[in-house]
Amino acid sequence: MKPAPFDYYAPDTIHEALAHLARHGYDAKPLAGGQSLVPVMNFRLAQPSVLVDLNNVSELFFIRPDGDAGLRIGAMTRQAQVEHDALVAERAPLLQDAMPKVAFPQVRSRGTYGGSIAHADPSAELPAVSVALNGRFRLRSQSGERWVPAEEFFVALFTTALEPDELLVEIALPAMPPRSGWSFMEVSRRHHDFAMAGVAAVVALDGKDLCQQARLVFFSVGDGPMYARQAEETLVGQAPTPEAIRAAAEMAATADIDPGSDIHASAEFRRHLARVLAGRALEEAFGRASDANNK
Amino acid sequence: MSDLYEVSVTVNGTVYQRSVEPRLLLSDFLRHELGLTGTHVGCEHGVCGACTVLFDGEPVRSCLMFAVQANGHQVSTVEGLGTMEELHPLQQAFWEAHAVQCGFCTPGVLMTLLPFLEENPTPSEEEIREAISGNLCRCTGYQHIVDAVLLAAEKMPSQGDC
Repeated sequence: MKPAPFDYYAPDTIHEALAHLARHGYDAKPLAGGQSLVPVMNFRLAQPSVLVDLNNVSELFFIRPDGDAGLRIGAMTRQAQVEHDALVAERAPLLQDAMPKVAFPQVRSRGTYGGSIAHADPSAELPAVSVALNGRFRLRSQSGERWVPAEEFFVALFTTALEPDELLVEIALPAMPPRSGWSFMEVSRRHHDFAMAGVAAVVALDGKDLCQQARLVFFSVGDGPMYARQAEETLVGQAPTPEAIRAAAEMAATADIDPGSDIHASAEFRRHLARVLAGRALEEAFGRASDANNK
Repeated sequence: MSDLYEVSVTVNGTVYQRSVEPRLLLSDFLRHELGLTGTHVGCEHGVCGACTVLFDGEPVRSCLMFAVQANGHQVSTVEGLGTMEELHPLQQAFWEAHAVQCGFCTPGVLMTLLPFLEENPTPSEEEIREAISGNLCRCTGYQHIVDAVLLAAEKMPSQGDC
């Protein structure tokens, strides 16, 4: 249970970090909070020959307001900091709701927002929350930078749009839509353990109290965050009645997700959980949206 | 073998300087290089919480950090709490409530609870269970640990009361 040897670099700037990644390519791994990378290195499931430690890159640690009620979060911002940040609470209550569910307190002390995104564990909360909030990720390399929508970033199991010489440097979360509501729910056997199924929801109502948007994004029920587009289609333009919500939850659980079976839960049980969670999350989110309406 | 790195780490107020391989885990650095074996190593993949120490005041898994990353930082381990003659109030409460059976998880539990009680001096039972969710104990069923934390919260004057 000891990592294989590696060369270690601890740059102070993004510029230097990108130079290390460019030089070493696939042999190098950026080290963020290390809460997923170090375990797999301890097991020797991963044996990178070069680690580029980002913990001294101070320009990657920040939470800033963005435009009209949006947020910019530096990739190395600790999960514990996101959890307790007043601006996050005000502008992204869904994210604040989800944070205590991310692993354990000791893990959130070190774990980072960007690290969780780049790792792309299908049972992780933050990828799903980022897709639900319609977030975008800023990727930089020596040859330039690009913004990738969260929806397009997660390519497959533990696989993202990041090239080996690219670094995720920043997460942008836009303002919540007007007259919107959110909900975050998951089921796990033990407090803070990986969820057997979970969902992040952001819904919005139009001027006639009809559903304008219903972004339901599941985790732990597929190869990555699963945006339930067919469930959303059944709801848009409808009044969010209990019947409509039930139909959407049914659609989500049968058509939009692709759960597998493992030691923690069978695929069938995960579908059941997804159906129940979708119904509850939509009910809570629409409730919040119509409360916002009354203010 | 990769190059050795000079590190200077402050542990429980004492500065230690050593040459380490980058792959040396902080947990092994504390135990093998410094002889501070109070920090226990259980699963070595971040699940059990036995190796929890304070890193710049925050509870972290020392098996998920490299010693090189602690260069210039402050680490607190269970050895920095009380002494045999004078237990820390949290340790005293563990003693009185019989929150220790085999004792393997205890250092990690104590180091997790220390910052928790500073932040939340009068926790509910539910909050205590949340706080120690990242520490596995296979003996106590957690009940006596929860009792001990409630007892400690009574005994430890919150900073505002001093």
